[in-house]
Amino acid sequence: MTSMLNVKDLRAYYGQVQALHGLNFQLNEGSLTTLLGANGAGKTTTLRAICNMVRSTGAIEFEGKPIGTRSTENVVRLGIAHVPQGRGTFTTMTVEENLQLGAISRSDKKNIVADIERMYDHFPVLKQRYTQQAGTLSGGEQQMLAVARALMLRPRLMLLDEPSFGLAPLIVRDLFRILGKINREEKVTILVVEQNAQLALELADQAYVIETGRIVMSGNAKDIANNEDVRKSYLGY
Amino acid sequence: MELFANQVLAGIATGAIYACMALAVVMIYQAIDHLNFAQGEMAMFSTFVSWQLMQWGIPYWGAFVLTVAFSFAAGIAIERLLFKPLAKAPILTNVAGFIALYAIINSVAGLIWDFTIKQYPTPFGSSPFLGSQLISTHQAGMIGITLLMLVMLFFFFRFTRVGLAMRAAASLPESARLVGINTSWMIALGWGMAAAIGSVAGMMIAPVVFLEPNMMLGVLIYGFAAAVLGGLTSPFGAVMGGFLVGIFENLVGTYIPGVGNELKLPIALALIITVLVVKPAGLFGRPIVKRV
Amino acid sequence: MSTAEDIVTEAPAVEAVPKRAMTLGFGTSLVVLAVLILVPLFVKNFIIFQLTMLLIYALAVLALNILTGGSGQFSLGQSAFYAVGAYTSAILMEHVGMNYALTLPIAGIVCFGFGFLFGQPALRLSGVYLALATFALATAMPQLLKLGYFEHWTGGVQGLVVTKPDAPELLQAMASWFHKSISQDMWLYYFTLAVGIAIYIASVNLLRSRSGRAFMAIRDNEIAASAMGVDVALYKTLAFGVSAGITGVAGGLGAIAVQFVAPDGYTITLAIQLFLGMVVGGVGWLPGSIVGSAFIIFVPNIAESFSKGLSGAVFGVLLFLVIFLVPHGARQVAIVAQQLIGKLKKN
Repeated sequence: MTSMLNVKDLRAYYGQVQALHGLNFQLNEGSLTTLLGANGAGKTTTLRAICNMVRSTGAIEFEGKPIGTRSTENVVRLGIAHVPQGRGTFTTMTVEENLQLGAISRSDKKNIVADIERMYDHFPVLKQRYTQQAGTLSGGEQQMLAVARALMLRPRLMLLDEPSFGLAPLIVRDLFRILGKINREEKVTILVVEQNAQLALELADQAYVIETGRIVMSGNAKDIANNEDVRKSYLGY
Repeated sequence: MELFANQVLAGIATGAIYACMALAVVMIYQAIDHLNFAQGEMAMFSTFVSWQLMQWGIPYWGAFVLTVAFSFAAGIAIERLLFKPLAKAPILTNVAGFIALYAIINSVAGLIWDFTIKQYPTPFGSSPFLGSQLISTHQAGMIGITLLMLVMLFFFFRFTRVGLAMRAAASLPESARLVGINTSWMIALGWGMAAAIGSVAGMMIAPVVFLEPNMMLGVLIYGFAAAVLGGLTSPFGAVMGGFLVGIFENLVGTYIPGVGNELKLPIALALIITVLVVKPAGLFGRPIVKRV
Repeated sequence: MSTAEDIVTEAPAVEAVPKRAMTLGFGTSLVVLAVLILVPLFVKNFIIFQLTMLLIYALAVLALNILTGGSGQFSLGQSAFYAVGAYTSAILMEHVGMNYALTLPIAGIVCFGFGFLFGQPALRLSGVYLALATFALATAMPQLLKLGYFEHWTGGVQGLVVTKPDAPELLQAMASWFHKSISQDMWLYYFTLAVGIAIYIASVNLLRSRSGRAFMAIRDNEIAASAMGVDVALYKTLAFGVSAGITGVAGGLGAIAVQFVAPDGYTITLAIQLFLGMVVGGVGWLPGSIVGSAFIIFVPNIAESFSKGLSGAVFGVLLFLVIFLVPHGARQVAIVAQQLIGKLKKN
């Protein structure tokens, strides 16, 4: 298996405060990896550092190319879609416009309409509401929209920041099922940051555990799920 | 009653001036979330450029097109050179920058073209429109051009990819970057478009108020007022606001005794503020809910 | 819900300035004070007059700073409060024959009331809307002062001439023992300085008080402040009142120093100058007020000396230079200087 994203010695800073202290990890092509950790461990910062939304040092390589110095929009244009915390929905625009925005950096305009239809297949609820303003959708629907918007980029890699946040358990199950399907059928590599460790570990094949800006454990998701410490700290049994 | 109807009609005629300017104000507000105090001066400078082109023998519409193109480029250049470096500075520092720009443009225009009042031609003629003494063909043409720009803006924002990207960049810059939009260039584009719309406004207004470096001072204040009244988030609202301000102003002058020309502006502004106290987002604007 | 509403966490209009950073250290304050006391002894009367105006404008900029830097509200209407203060003093002196020093507190109280009342509708407005409302006030003020109804008191378009006060006889007698005399200009300078110091100290204490904390809470997050039990409406109007009151005192002093009040002396240009003074001095940094005041008094003169025809352009370019080099105004310079001195001390 080839490595798609390679992160070496990643350090990130908010003003004077250092949030990441030298992270090393890699994502294999086609994998579904999860990054676990408590509040404030640096999960969100890691995703933000990949997209260059926070000041950072270290080497980040995507498909062999260094991307550390690219601006956020240029990182995205390489095919890295980022579903941010809080979903980043364009609330005053319609559902369909949100989907079009997801594809705004693509040059193959004629495929966009077909892709929007494909998203409606994945997420039928969005089809019912396509002329509605996105701000009127429920939290779960907005999360679906955010994932669909990210997929409109036809990404090679998708970064998801706590997709389960604030959603009812049933909706979370549904969402994760769709993520698994996207990963298998559309061959999108996925890195998902989660606090809901149990679900994330069921879904993922690789896992990293992060504590106060350092990676403390890594490996096969099943092994991690069976690890005594992880069970006590993150799974609660 | 006839007096009232006539004054409303005359108000619409003056309101067209404000509507034109308000459209430029809303355009820049959409792009940068501020009111640009130098906007009127930029429009004035553009108008002088078109006048100079006509002096050199270029026909009206040729000069018109060249001026719009020049203004678009100049707007982008001003943003790249002067305001991009201030993007991270406090808002009030940016406002000081607008004031500095105002002083520079006004002074340079005065030096190049001096402060004497100049006649400015109109492509529509200035005979009475449809037999009415209150509204001339030029004013009717100006209303037409304003509405045309409004329709063009509507189509641009609603149906083009660039328009969609600009709206996204203005409403949520961070999310916009995450779908691959270069938000910094969207701001520059907003400046360019605002300058281009302003130049059209200037060329339409100049035949009415005559051409001189201070011609836009009063107009810009009314343009701000119109945009704020109609709602800063709505181009349609801005144009309606422009007409309403024009009508207000005329009715105040007619029906309230003792109001000379000098008190028209304060009273119009007071009325607008009264409206805003009741409806803070403007008549046609979208309410903004604040979150802690 | 038919239309979506924008839900935004509004960025505070003004960057949060910690309380300590709003003032100067004790030692530095003494040095500045010593300079302000000594300089007039060595310069000509005209320069003393300019220095008096420097202090007066600094006071007006300080007032705006309390409003904007303190409570996060923004005003382009300070010239109106300045005008009301100036006219109050002038009318009391010339029509009532009151002592000039006594007119100042009255000017302050009148303006406090005026600002407090104006703050009521302003409560519902923020950002550009508040800017427009205060701007309207500033444009209306000269017109209102010209109105025929008040002409008996205000002198209409002509304005009023104000008598310049002499130094108190006691002081003159003391000076004559040293074979010196105290000119009217010099006396007015020291009088202004005393008033200015008193107001500066009061302002610093205000911002450090419970009310000051309430102002700053509103500045940083209005909704959170109200959730903590701060009476937002009261404190916002209070900030307007205090700011207007201090501006009124400055206006009164200005009338006495210039010996003249007329409607066209208090146009929107003055309000814009005061705003620029605040930005150049550093928003929320009270000692910066005097730096900002110096900028608005002296830089136009410098610009004029470069080129008469292009003075506006030169002024604009200088202003751009300042905000490019130090976007946070004189406060930024002070912080850098402080760090430098700190490093030197270590070595």
